[in-house]
Amino acid sequence: MRESSAGDGSTVSGAPAVSGVDPVDPLSGELLRSVVDVARAIFGAEASSVFLLDEAAHELVFQAVSGRGEAFLVGRRFPADSGIAGWVVTSGEPVIVADLSRNAAFDRDFAKSTEFVPDALMAAPLIHGDRVLGVLEVLDPAPQARSSLGELDLLALFARQAATALRLADDRRGPPRTADPGPSPDLAAGPRSRALDLLEDLRSVLQSPV
Amino acid sequence: MSDRHAGPGERYGAAPGSRAADGDRTSGDRTTGGRSSADRTAHRPGLVWSLRGEGPRDVRVTADAPAMPAPSTWADARGRGIKVCVVDSGVERDHPLIGAVDGAWAVVQGPDGITVERTESGDACGHGTACAGIIRATAPECELYSVRVLGKGFSGTGDIMLAGLRWAVRQGFDVINLSLSTTRTRFAPELHALADEAYFRRTVIVASAHNTPVESFPWRFASVISVGSHRESDPELYLYNPRPPVEFFAPGQDVRVAWLGGTTMRTTGNSFATPYIAGLCARILSEHRRMTTFQLKTALYLSAANVEVAAGGAQ
Repeated sequence: MRESSAGDGSTVSGAPAVSGVDPVDPLSGELLRSVVDVARAIFGAEASSVFLLDEAAHELVFQAVSGRGEAFLVGRRFPADSGIAGWVVTSGEPVIVADLSRNAAFDRDFAKSTEFVPDALMAAPLIHGDRVLGVLEVLDPAPQARSSLGELDLLALFARQAATALRLADDRRGPPRTADPGPSPDLAAGPRSRALDLLEDLRSVLQSPV
Repeated sequence: MSDRHAGPGERYGAAPGSRAADGDRTSGDRTTGGRSSADRTAHRPGLVWSLRGEGPRDVRVTADAPAMPAPSTWADARGRGIKVCVVDSGVERDHPLIGAVDGAWAVVQGPDGITVERTESGDACGHGTACAGIIRATAPECELYSVRVLGKGFSGTGDIMLAGLRWAVRQGFDVINLSLSTTRTRFAPELHALADEAYFRRTVIVASAHNTPVESFPWRFASVISVGSHRESDPELYLYNPRPPVEFFAPGQDVRVAWLGGTTMRTTGNSFATPYIAGLCARILSEHRRMTTFQLKTALYLSAANVEVAAGGAQ
């Protein structure tokens, strides 16, 4: 398995453009960076990353990183059909896994190359309509956040926020990123409406019993 | 063994000894009488994908008393002779928590289209192995089969899943565990037809609800048994959901599962609640092999921990 990243930095970094994937404008890039930063803080995690899917190369590319590795991981690639992030791309489902460091299937070499080997991770797809645009990953969340369905819900909401940032980037670019089967109903709404929807969902999750 | 239901690329008949192969079909349609409070509750507005912020008491249901086998008749069943197929990423061979896999195939995208071929490749990512381990733990004597539709090199667009599911349905497996769904709406009509086909063949598709409130398929169809997660700690607790579309909740939070390399790990998600219900289906069918899919679903409903059968029968 190939999982990666993390650290102890308090700042975030990202790249406005990554080779092989559509460039993200500065505002959308900043939104992605804020998503990983807030996700890391909310889950008490060691790191958080957003990967974009390069469909042509079938690779995932680090687009925004919060935590150690942020200085050098952005732009780095790995196969989109391996590891837990790859599973999320393929299945379109969020997942929480623990005990990774004791798992024989875990690719420690790749993890070590990112200067961090997590023991647990959470990952959720960035979905636009019926397409997966990428993955939001949170590495080594606080122990109490590793196993709850509530955390899975919260992670999925952050993933929606990241996906919205990518959709905003699409809007700013004009034509769609790729041929699209057609807009889902919520795409008819503007960015402000989508942002309000997200805030309402986030409020609902935060107010629900743990 | 007939090959009348053979899938693409390889021709197989109904799974040997399966209920379909036995021709063991009845017309035993038995209904449960008048509409219960559960029926009325089911028409509350809103969709419930999984149980959040509520416990068994919040979804308590009073049901009629139908002529169905009591849960005690299958409480000690072990799934013997029931053929369960895991349509997923494959199943690791000889995992200590799973043991033998009785047959494994992979859906392959080739130059001539999609085919289904026998494989020795095991599991590409661990997800199918995790599901198989839960089924084996729940129904230790069932026969386990694997159809790999996800893994390295697969796009996840739905074509492969559809082909694998169609192939599995037409082999006549008794139970198919599908801890997967597709968000691609263009596959919905064909999946719907396939789910209905399975229903009438008495192949029970047990399908995971998506973990987030998005539209995906085939778990949304009434002809499958759909499963989400509850947050209770009892590893054997399952609940009926009076507010469908998802119909049952099973343990899916912080579940220890079989994983690659003969290991285990803990994980969370509807994917891991589903095989528990699939295993229960195998146990029930091993004691009541003539059951139709709707009878099986009713048996699950009546034995769910939150369903109370009213004294005196139908009300």
